[in-house]
Amino acid sequence: MINPYYMQLIILVGINTIMAASLNLILGYTGQLSIGHAAFMSLGAYSSALVTLHFGFPFIISLLCGALFSAIFGVIIGIPTLKLKGDYLAIATLGFGEIVRIVCLNLDITGGAMGLRGIPKKTTLLWVVLAVLVTVFILNRIIKSRIGRALIAIREDETAADSMGINSTYYKILCFGVGAFFAGLGGGLFAHYMRFLHPKTFDFMKSIEHLCMVVLGGLGNMWGAFIGASILTVVPELLRSVADLRLLIYGAVLVLMMRLRPQGILGPQTDIAPAIEKIRLKFKSIWHRLARGKT
Amino acid sequence: MPPESILTAAGICHSFGGLMALEDIDFRIGRKEIVSLIGPNGAGKTTMFNLFTGHYNPTRGEIYFNNRKINGLKPYQITPIGIARTFQNIRLFGQMSVLENVLIGQHCRTRTGLFGAILRTPGCKKEEARARELALEMLSFVRLEEKKDEKACNLAYGEQRRLEIARALATDPLLLLLDEPAAGMNPQETISLMELVRQIRDQMGITILLIEHDMKVVMGISERVAVLNYGKKIAEGTPREVQNNEEVIRAYLGDSA
Repeated sequence: MINPYYMQLIILVGINTIMAASLNLILGYTGQLSIGHAAFMSLGAYSSALVTLHFGFPFIISLLCGALFSAIFGVIIGIPTLKLKGDYLAIATLGFGEIVRIVCLNLDITGGAMGLRGIPKKTTLLWVVLAVLVTVFILNRIIKSRIGRALIAIREDETAADSMGINSTYYKILCFGVGAFFAGLGGGLFAHYMRFLHPKTFDFMKSIEHLCMVVLGGLGNMWGAFIGASILTVVPELLRSVADLRLLIYGAVLVLMMRLRPQGILGPQTDIAPAIEKIRLKFKSIWHRLARGKT
Repeated sequence: MPPESILTAAGICHSFGGLMALEDIDFRIGRKEIVSLIGPNGAGKTTMFNLFTGHYNPTRGEIYFNNRKINGLKPYQITPIGIARTFQNIRLFGQMSVLENVLIGQHCRTRTGLFGAILRTPGCKKEEARARELALEMLSFVRLEEKKDEKACNLAYGEQRRLEIARALATDPLLLLLDEPAAGMNPQETISLMELVRQIRDQMGITILLIEHDMKVVMGISERVAVLNYGKKIAEGTPREVQNNEEVIRAYLGDSA
């Protein structure tokens, strides 16, 4: 059996990968600066936990309920805010994040400031791995399609995208909805793993953490989301022994990163297929050389 | 009598705050014509393009395309009914490949939705393959097929202009608006551009309206020329008529000429 501490780390890496990948769709591919991603996570976490507690649905149904609830909010929030651009959108999503947190803090059903307790532990490594695979698979399919091209076009030049017949408002709302859906899924997994939810968990800093994962890994790169999530989940744990310096080192890494490699570890390649193809060709030529050498 | 008109603007005015950018313009383009729009800087040529493509809404007046009123429609609604454009300051999707740029042009001619894309249904695959084929065709039409995998922002200037044209053609338009297509091109490139514009009209049957400062291009390919000055149309006619028009000469060279 895996040491429970490592198990916890792996599960958190998985959940954070889902969070980073879903934010990557919004920020990296569509270019919309949203800093309220933790709010969608908390909507999914609370709603799936409440569904489990009150109706006793199977885990998968609770997860889907949480994800859908979050997606609906993603669309509702998307409609008025996505007419905003850049900094204005960031402020609006930040405000949304705070509203969700404060509502959760004051509602009775969410347990208010006492938090929501007694959620059954249902999230296992298998569930997390499955959820990560499904998330990455679906997001990848979307990105590689006509829809994904439209999203990237909006990021690159919205005016030109409009004149290509792309209804940019529609696609921005769609990407917000899909992003919120998977953020809600991540929240559901989180709730059934931690067994306790508190509004403070999903504060502004949590959104910033997700943002850092995406930027560190590489905007507009699905592998980047995984790498960013892994590093920013594992490194703070490794730094536990130097507790006092932890945030200092964490901050310094981010500053250095932005200074030295602002495009993120993997950079904004939208497609790793050419890179894989290059490696394949290289192997092929080595193979041929070896084969020729033998005969 | 010129051919049946494809685009008609009736009495359009457009003002930016207090500035009257266009004043009471009547303008029409016949089917399969090549028409040029010329005039000194700030005359309102690009504003006119922005009105035709829905980027602006005229303050007054009406615009009909293919017998359908189009003012009030948004750009993404106008493209599917058949108007495509290029931009004065090239607006490509820089981080995307050349082929992807042209594929975006096919966006409004394809239908795959979210679930079709996730499940990659046979219909979606077929549509994607067709779009790809058409995009490659457009690229070979503008002689860029060899650069299809390059990033759009890495292309040379003239190539970027041609890519923008290919992207516009991929939307399958009836009317193509070209905003200064020859700007920044060397004489060699300009000549092949003129050839390309003629081919677009002759082989694809697409009507063309272009804004251009290079008089060799304007006089060389257009069948009709309209001249704008300070937001007013001061002349219209064949290239020869316009060249000899006194008001046009005054607008370009000043009073003493």
